[in-house]
Amino acid sequence: MSAVGGGPGPGLLAGAALIEEIEEAGAPRPPRRGRQRPKAWRVLILVVAFLFYLIPFAAAVKYSLIQPDGSFGFDNYSQIISNSDVRSSLYTSLEISAISAVAVIAVMLPTVVLVRLRLPKLTLMLEGVTILPLVVPPIVIAAGLAHLQGSAPEWLVRLWFNHPLTGLTPTYVVLAMPFTYRALDTGVRAIDLRTLVDASRSLGASWFTTMVRVILPNVETAVLGAVFLTIAICMGEVVLSSIMLYNGVLPVEMIQIGAQSPGISVAISVLGLVFVFLLLFSLSFIAGRRRGSTSVRVI
Amino acid sequence: MIRFEGVQRQYGSVRALAGLDLEINDGELVALLGPSGCGKTTALRILGGFDHPTAGRLLVDGKDITGVPANKRDMGMVFQAYSLFPNMDVRNNVAFGLRIRREDRATRLKHADDLLELVGLVEHADRYPHQLSGGQQQRVAIARALAIEPKVLLLDEPLSALDARVRAQLRVEIRNLQQRLGITTLFVTHDQSEALSMADRVGVMYAGRLEQLDTPENVYRKPATQFVAEFVGAMNRLPGRVGDAGEVQVLGQRLNMLNPEGRGPGAAVDALLRPEAVSVVRDSAGAGEITQRTFLGASVRLEVTLDGGQRVLVEASSHDAGVTVGSRVGLKILAEAVVVADPGTVAAPEAVPAVV
Repeated sequence: MSAVGGGPGPGLLAGAALIEEIEEAGAPRPPRRGRQRPKAWRVLILVVAFLFYLIPFAAAVKYSLIQPDGSFGFDNYSQIISNSDVRSSLYTSLEISAISAVAVIAVMLPTVVLVRLRLPKLTLMLEGVTILPLVVPPIVIAAGLAHLQGSAPEWLVRLWFNHPLTGLTPTYVVLAMPFTYRALDTGVRAIDLRTLVDASRSLGASWFTTMVRVILPNVETAVLGAVFLTIAICMGEVVLSSIMLYNGVLPVEMIQIGAQSPGISVAISVLGLVFVFLLLFSLSFIAGRRRGSTSVRVI
Repeated sequence: MIRFEGVQRQYGSVRALAGLDLEINDGELVALLGPSGCGKTTALRILGGFDHPTAGRLLVDGKDITGVPANKRDMGMVFQAYSLFPNMDVRNNVAFGLRIRREDRATRLKHADDLLELVGLVEHADRYPHQLSGGQQQRVAIARALAIEPKVLLLDEPLSALDARVRAQLRVEIRNLQQRLGITTLFVTHDQSEALSMADRVGVMYAGRLEQLDTPENVYRKPATQFVAEFVGAMNRLPGRVGDAGEVQVLGQRLNMLNPEGRGPGAAVDALLRPEAVSVVRDSAGAGEITQRTFLGASVRLEVTLDGGQRVLVEASSHDAGVTVGSRVGLKILAEAVVVADPGTVAAPEAVPAVV
C-alpha cells in the first residue's frame, strides 16, 4: 500500500496522471495520419520507466511470497485474510474511503459548478484555498487537530474524535481537495456547462435534478477520477492517523504488523498497489470508451 | 400576451437594457434584431428567467413573473450552442422535460416520438447527439423545447452555428412549425434576413433600447430612426437641403421627410436611400458614371460615382440594366419619402456594408 502521508507522494503522481487522463478525455483528438513507427528514444524512455517501477514492485512481490521457512508460497497473503486486526482495519479504511469520496463529490462538484456559473471571480481564490492542504505540512494539520482535541468540549471530542471514521473522514476530505478540485474543474471546463444548465432549467428541472441528471453524467470521468484519488489518499495516509493514534486503520496497522512480520506488511502493500493500478486502469478504460464513442460522428 | 415593462439590466457600469417596453401578442413571432451588445440576448435571457432585471416588470397574460425561477416559467428555449444532453439519446433528450413533469414512461416516449416525427427525425430517435449533424441537433432541440408545451418559445440565435444551406432550410421549417402550432415566440438574431423573413414583427435594438418595433416591411421601408435605416439593409447617404415647404431636395428632386423633427428650411441633411430606391437613366450629360457593376442574378448592383466623387449604390433589374462600366448616367429617385440624418453622422456602429 502506498503511504501518502497526507502530502505529496505516490498520491500526487496518481493525481497528475488522473488529471491528465481527464483532460485527454475532454480534449478533441488531433487527426491521425496513419500508423507511424515509434521513435527509438521513446521506446527507451518507456523501457527505463517500466523498469524503474517494475523492479521494486517485482522485488516486493518476491519478498511477500517468502514464507517463514524460506520457501515460496502464499502464507503472508493467507494471513492477511485470517488476521482479524488487518481485516477490521481494512473495513474501517474502506468505510472512510467510501464516505470521504461521497462527501468530496457532494461538496466539491456543486462548488465548482457554482463558481463557474455565478462567481467566476472566485476561481483564483478557490484554486489557492484548495491547494492549501498540499502546502501546509500534515504534521501541522495533526498538531492543530491535537490541540482542538485537547481544548474542545468533551461531548465534541466524543462525537468527533472517538472513532477513526468521524475523526479522519473530514480531514481526508480536506486533504483530497487539491486533487479533486482540479479533476472536477477540468471535467466541468470540458462541457458547455452554462448551456446545459440553462437547457435543463428551462425544461423545468430543479438545481438538484440538473446536478444529478445532467451535470453528473457528463463529468463522469472527472468524478470517477476524483473518487479514485480520494480513495487512494484514504487508503494510504499514515502521518495524521498515526499521530492522532488511530490504530484501527489499514496504513497504521501495516506499520505495526511490519515491525513484527514484514512479509505480511509487504503483501498488503502489493495488494494495495494492485488495487490502485486497477482503479487507474478502469478509469483509463472508461475514458477510452468515451473517446471511442465520440469518434463515431455522422455528419 | 408577454409584456416587458420598463425592464432594465445593469452590469456594473454597463447598462445592457435601458428600460425596455415590449409587447408580444399570442401566437406572434417577434424577432429582436441588433448589433452585438445591444441588449437583445439579455432581454431574452430575462424572459427565460436566466437573468434578472435591475428594474421593471415582466408580465405573461397579466401575471407578474419577474421573480419566478427559470424552471417554473414554462418557456421552451433553443440555444445558439448545441445544447442537447450528451449522455442521453435523442428520444430521451426530447422526453426530458416530460420526465421532470412526472409523465409516465410510455406517454413521454410516445410524445417524444410524435415530436421527432414533426421535425422529421423519428428514425434518429436512438442516436446520441454526437452522432447527429448541427442542423439535426437543432431540430431535436426544437422538439425538446416544444415537448413541454410551453407558453412561449425562446430562440437564441439557433441558426447561427449552421451552414448557409441548412440555415435557410431550418428558417422555413421553424416558421412553419411556429405558425402551425400558433406558439408565441421571441427570436433573437443579428441576421437581418432571418429577422425580416421569419418574424411577424421585428424589434430593432440599439444600446439597450428598442428603436423600432414594426412589421418587417415597415422596418425596411419606413425606418423610424436613423439607426434603423442604417442598420437594416444597404443604404446610400446623399447630401440634400431642407426646402421652404419642409421637403428635402436631393439630386434636384423633392422628397418628403419621414423624420422632419428639428430641421428647418435651409438645413443641410443627408437623405438615406436604399439602392433599390434609386434608378439609373442612360444620359451622356448625366451626373455620374458607372464605376462598378455586379451581376446578382435577378438584379444588378451598380456603383455610380457622381462628379463630386460621391458614390451611390443602385440596384436595378437585370433586364433594364444594360449599362456598362464607364457609361454616363443620370440618377432618379423612386422613393417619395426618406429618412434624413445630420450630415456626416453615422448611427449604426456595425452598419451593414453598402454592398451586400
